Amino acid sequence: MGKGVAITGMGIISAIGEDVAENYRSLISGQIGISKISQIETVHKNEIMVGEVSLTNSELEERLGLPKNSWSRTSLLGVIAAKEAVAQAGISDINKERTGLISGTTVGGMDKSEQYFYEYFENNDAWHHINGLHAGDSTQKIARNLGLEESFATTISTACSSAANAIMLGARMIKSGQLDRVVVGGADCLSKFTINGFKTLMILSDTYNTPFDENRKGLNLGEAAAYLVLESDSLVEKEGKEVLGYVKGYGNANDAFHQTASSDYGDGAVLAMEKALKVAGLTPEAIDYVNAHGTATPNNDLSEGRAMLRIFEGKVPKFSSTKAFTGHTLATAGAVEAVYSVLALQNDTIYPNLNFKTPMKEFELVPETELRKEQLNVILSNSFGFGGNCTTLLFSKKA
Amino acid sequence: MKAVYINSVGSVSAQKTFNNEDFLEEIVTYNDTTIRVIEPDYKAYITPAAARRMAKGIKMSTVSAKTAMEEAGVENIDAIIVGTGLGCIGDSEKFVSAIIDNKEQFLTPTRFIQSSHNTVSGQIALGVGCKGYNFTYVHSAISFESSLLDALMQIRNKEATNILVGGVDELVDHHVDTHRLIDHIKHKPVDSSQLLQSNSKGCVMAEGAHFFVLSGQKQSSTYGELVAITTYNTLSKSVLSEKVSQFLGQNGLTPEELDLAIFGNNGDIDFDSYYELLGKGIFKNTPQAYYKHLSGEFDTASGFGFWLAAKILKSQTVPTAVKLNQLEVSRPKTILLYNQYRGENHSLVLLRRC
Amino acid sequence: MTDLKLELKEKIIEQLNLEDVSVDDIGDSDPLFGEGLGLDSIDALELIVMLDKDYGIKLADPKEGRQIFESVETMATYITQQKGA
Repeated sequence: MGKGVAITGMGIISAIGEDVAENYRSLISGQIGISKISQIETVHKNEIMVGEVSLTNSELEERLGLPKNSWSRTSLLGVIAAKEAVAQAGISDINKERTGLISGTTVGGMDKSEQYFYEYFENNDAWHHINGLHAGDSTQKIARNLGLEESFATTISTACSSAANAIMLGARMIKSGQLDRVVVGGADCLSKFTINGFKTLMILSDTYNTPFDENRKGLNLGEAAAYLVLESDSLVEKEGKEVLGYVKGYGNANDAFHQTASSDYGDGAVLAMEKALKVAGLTPEAIDYVNAHGTATPNNDLSEGRAMLRIFEGKVPKFSSTKAFTGHTLATAGAVEAVYSVLALQNDTIYPNLNFKTPMKEFELVPETELRKEQLNVILSNSFGFGGNCTTLLFSKKA
Repeated sequence: MKAVYINSVGSVSAQKTFNNEDFLEEIVTYNDTTIRVIEPDYKAYITPAAARRMAKGIKMSTVSAKTAMEEAGVENIDAIIVGTGLGCIGDSEKFVSAIIDNKEQFLTPTRFIQSSHNTVSGQIALGVGCKGYNFTYVHSAISFESSLLDALMQIRNKEATNILVGGVDELVDHHVDTHRLIDHIKHKPVDSSQLLQSNSKGCVMAEGAHFFVLSGQKQSSTYGELVAITTYNTLSKSVLSEKVSQFLGQNGLTPEELDLAIFGNNGDIDFDSYYELLGKGIFKNTPQAYYKHLSGEFDTASGFGFWLAAKILKSQTVPTAVKLNQLEVSRPKTILLYNQYRGENHSLVLLRRC
Repeated sequence: MTDLKLELKEKIIEQLNLEDVSVDDIGDSDPLFGEGLGLDSIDALELIVMLDKDYGIKLADPKEGRQIFESVETMATYITQQKGA
């Protein structure tokens, strides 16, 4: 017990890059991925900006050696990112150790379901997408493509904290000795479903999102897949693996306030951060950098800002939201930001919170607006979702 | 290792299960390809103000969760963990059709909010004011089992004492119609008593909500002990018996020693062979039971199976309607649940009398 | 104006699925949110869609809704003003 949870591999595909290296280059060069939508035909295309993966479905399918229109975009993105993570971890036989897969998603195969909703009854061309509506279907496809058999594979859907919770569950399963190794993360593609859904909530910005800014107008939806390989200490030792960082702490709490909004003073967020610190056995002073949820909605940033002020007793560490780069990638956000946090630890780098100009009137919190080099030992990453779901993860350089 | 107790149950299903006093004394039979739940009087459980935006899945879950919490005698819990294959799919479908029919105009937020898979666990948390751990698993036939596994881990590791665990799924037209196209749902009605002789592809699709309070503390309401659980994304028939024996072995049992095996047969000619393999193989001398002729099939139908096992342990009786073979068990102490759906997502759950 | 107010009450009950409420239960100046009918921010979004769909009035910022949706009276006044403008 009390084992460390090592991160030995990472993979990501997002609006700012097709792999880990490209994502990092974009982060340090201020290359944002927010644009007008190009891959989905929607009446809202002139009113919204999104963080879209630049590759088309056909290009993604070509890369995976699949026939055209094989799978949901969620599965396509997921397999690409998961394969990169497994490759970096140097896993040759995935079934050799007790290995699991835990994936977070909110839309699953909704992109195809909405496309063929009525057409299913006209012809059988797209019947292979029918079962893809099940959120677990994308996870099963990823497992199959990683060659994972007779193993633990599950899917978590807790809205925008899904992948953060996947990482948390993976870490818990390794700590409690249920698994030796687990691929954790999430995948979500853009869909008309989410675009229109967030539109009804009136929290989509018509321009570049501006986290923590007084004049923030809402979020930009994004799409991405990101996975990490977590391994037990003993497996790392046995195989002499290079460790990229550690999952040091995790905390999950519910705001129990409103179906979609966060409470005014971020009660759930404070609880999640408290729990994560407790699991890690750390005090708030140990945190060097906070990768905030920072969606740029009026509600989230105020609530999260106040929660940070509470947990850090006014002395909030350097913080930034990377959603100005990627958009809000929903279920995947926690895994995208986990990858960014590990890269930050590896490179001792804090990413800028782009587009910030004016501090919010409610408090004087100012995020980091410039790229900063600084020694980082522990990073706190927040992910919050509808249904009051709040999750905090702590990543560290040392076990 | 710390024991994990099933302190209460709650069920809304195609049988009259929402009253915990009853135990399948009266069986409702169906002759259909789909089955809806027998609805409790929701107004007795949910205020009109709270109910007005609730999808059916949330209503069923609220009743089931309230029943479980009341029986366990708890006002609040440390964690809420819900499994659901599709969440409140009825609202998702209505939202999608509205997007298409109205060309993305005049859409309202309620259906979108209810479409979030975690809306059930979120609304239960909101209802009881539970700020603890809150999770939703959405992995087809092991959605409920993933929730059980999580709860087991938390209680064993002393991270929580009382956890509300549940599974819920709705039966919805578009979903049924599309899945019938691909033969996942039967084309012709089947009499529920003849389900296993249907000799046809697909299942009889249904819905339901099953909630339980799992606890680290035994009390007078306790039904039994949740001993172990494991799931497999794939499992071929060639290794099935070996894996089941291994699982039992890890828990100090041989197949011969097991008192009752409860199988997830759903009458699909293509996939019931997994159960037959065990029934005629390692469990040929073991009393066997099944339940999907009573509950119908859905992603969290195994919640009905878990309810059944818990009720059997507490009442020490096996209802005639669920018996799959002629072997009798007088004092059931150990029960194994085995379920899979379409050859994927296999689960083994072991319960014990305490 | 009276017709509009009655119409609004009917629409509110239907749109927000207020099963146990009748038009007689809603006074013209009763607060719709908080203490009154007990509506919340999700209902406000529903009402914004209703304004758009049934009266052709678009609100860009949900905050604008707070004053407009104070009561049936304020809603009717706002709609009449917008239509007249």
